[in-house]
Amino acid sequence: MMALLTRDLKLSLRAGGGALIGVLFFTAVVAVIPFGVGPDLNLLARIGPAIVWVGALLSALLGLDRMFQTDREDGSLDLMLMQEHPLTLTVLVKCLAHWLGHGLPLVIASPLLGLFMNMDEVAIGATMATLLVGTPALTFIGAVGAAVAVALPRGGLLVSILVLPLAIPVLIFGVSAAYAAVEEPTPFLPPFLILVAITMFFAVLGPFGAALALRNAGD
Amino acid sequence: MRLTAENLSARRGEDLLFEGISFEIASGEGMLVTGRNGSGKSTLLRVVAGLLRPEHGRVLWQSDRSGAGTPAAEACQYLGHRNAMKPELSVRENLTFWKNFFAPFEARRGLSVDEAAEAVGLVGIVHLPFGYLSAGQQRRMAFAKLMVSYRPVWLLDEPTAALDTSAEALFTRLIEAHLGDGGMVMAATHQPLGLETARELKMSGFTGVTEEVW
Repeated sequence: MMALLTRDLKLSLRAGGGALIGVLFFTAVVAVIPFGVGPDLNLLARIGPAIVWVGALLSALLGLDRMFQTDREDGSLDLMLMQEHPLTLTVLVKCLAHWLGHGLPLVIASPLLGLFMNMDEVAIGATMATLLVGTPALTFIGAVGAAVAVALPRGGLLVSILVLPLAIPVLIFGVSAAYAAVEEPTPFLPPFLILVAITMFFAVLGPFGAALALRNAGD
Repeated sequence: MRLTAENLSARRGEDLLFEGISFEIASGEGMLVTGRNGSGKSTLLRVVAGLLRPEHGRVLWQSDRSGAGTPAAEACQYLGHRNAMKPELSVRENLTFWKNFFAPFEARRGLSVDEAAEAVGLVGIVHLPFGYLSAGQQRRMAFAKLMVSYRPVWLLDEPTAALDTSAEALFTRLIEAHLGDGGMVMAATHQPLGLETARELKMSGFTGVTEEVW
């Protein structure tokens, strides 16, 4: 299983792997907001966490469709389906590798983009923490969508649309936790813990659903 | 060790592609699956590999050493039309990954990466990215993948596509060595492959009538 993790990580970092593409897209989305909104620093600071979260969500959706499709195109997926270790475990490892390659760079890039949005340290820290906890959930949800659309030649947009409704709760609780850290009366912990719960829930359900979809995608 | 198929039939869309196929391959035996294009050779191999669910029938794996109820797919190595290698990674990384990913079967490990590369006659180029190799070299390396992890049953789908005659001869030798080692081979092919002992399963397609030629 370690072999699969290192292989997928290598693939996402090498040419055409798309780890950098996600960060570039994230930067592009967040960087154009100040130009569009105008130089109102207070307004930027207020919408900052939400914009960073929306940008991260969209970039996370960007690379999802390739999660199983490349393996299917070159036949690797067939060999993985034939193996005795549970397919759910294989999918879980692929999700982890995908998150390390595509999700973690977004989390690391978020403080810089927080500065673009004139956010203070607390807001930046809170946004980064919520992204760190929330983005794995996006990967696990996305795995199901990617597995369902694996046989479709142009499944990219379809995966994003399939996944988006399920990703909305992650966005809601991520953003509300980030705001709760900044605005005094509301407590930070409850929405943050719900976010953690969402991630753990989908960490169990996502790989299971994706494995089921892959088994039945056979042709 | 034996691989038994009982009364297999498979569907593609609405149509029954074949039905009532039964065969038995014992240790050291090879079987060629022949037939026209579209007669269901690849589908049959994918059914045996457990990648497609058969409409009826089942595939059984019996061996003294593996536990009862071991799925047949686990005893198989499948080489399809696609090579299952990543063009971005080097040949060594590809082969090492598959060697580690496949658990040892019945406590037998396969060849090392260098031994396998030597067996297919491409020893000096394992450091190159797989995408740099020619189609024939890629196919040979895909064949090396069969050897880095031991599985008794090889399911080969058109193994000699994109190969020159010397490589075909090499493949025949490798298949014969695998059979001599007690393995089994089931190959869908248009070329005769030069195997002397192999049986032949003729797929006639669409009507589902098959005949077995000994």
